[in-house]
Amino acid sequence: MRRAAIALLLAAAALPAAAQDKLPPAPYAYTQLEDPAQEARAKALMETLRCLQCQGQSIADSDAPIAGDMRSQVRLKIKAGEDPEAIRAWLVQSYGDYVSYAPRLTDATWPLFAAPLVLLGLAIVLLRRRFGGKGA
Amino acid sequence: MSAPAKPSRWALWLPVVLFVGFIALVAVGLWRPASRDVHSAMIGKELPRFDLPPAVPERPGLARGDMLGGKPRLLNIFASWCIPCAAEAQQLEQLRQLGVEVDGVAIRDKQDDLAVFLARNGNPYARIGADPVSKIQFDIGSSGVPESFVVDARGVIRYQHIGVIAPDQVPMILARLKEAEQ
Repeated sequence: MRRAAIALLLAAAALPAAAQDKLPPAPYAYTQLEDPAQEARAKALMETLRCLQCQGQSIADSDAPIAGDMRSQVRLKIKAGEDPEAIRAWLVQSYGDYVSYAPRLTDATWPLFAAPLVLLGLAIVLLRRRFGGKGA
Repeated sequence: MSAPAKPSRWALWLPVVLFVGFIALVAVGLWRPASRDVHSAMIGKELPRFDLPPAVPERPGLARGDMLGGKPRLLNIFASWCIPCAAEAQQLEQLRQLGVEVDGVAIRDKQDDLAVFLARNGNPYARIGADPVSKIQFDIGSSGVPESFVVDARGVIRYQHIGVIAPDQVPMILARLKEAEQ
């Protein structure tokens, strides 16, 4: 147990050394906003923005320098009173939909939304045919 | 319950076809993994406004206004801590000698480190702006270093090059700059 705790501490201490640059993190990369309501809004948004370097993670999860810098920009914009969806739109304008984990209904994604409805409709039709006929 | 209808030949083969299709999909994904590059969505759009202070004393800083008018320019996003950037410096110098204005933005860099980097690898830049918080990257859709953008005289981003400009890619970059003249 103690050994595991020490290993964990060592691993945590090694993280900053793995960063590529020597500059301290951006002001709001690892600092929460003073207003808890604003911080909650920023957190909710950051959890749905993709880290561009470690692409399976959100920027809220990532220790990559570019993710820290993006968190800082997001928090600064929230602090300035910007709407979270406007901030998302700003990043989508730069990087395309790939940067956002929140799915949007577009020409390319509508089959994903339509498919469950189509399958459900098909299932109802099939079940009606098989079992619905008996009562009639 | 009546006896189930005899399935057609087509229906019998369907699971096999689906299975083979699935295996083919997995094989393609394994042998030819999709590119991990994040392409900018700003190609064909106006360069956003920015105004960066000088990164080193011997070169001026970089603002959007500096990139307008005259001939198309190359905007190079780099850093002294970026190892591939050192390998790219020669190609940028080659482009400079061919009359291309190369403007740089140093990402998350320290002035001392940058001075050492430029002394060692050469300084092909007309201007170098310092961006210690990567803000310009989020504005132009850049996700790493090095990246280069061809910006035309009206300030429209015409092309994004992700990664090092390799020696054999210099003619291609020149062609993109030429294309941006129209």
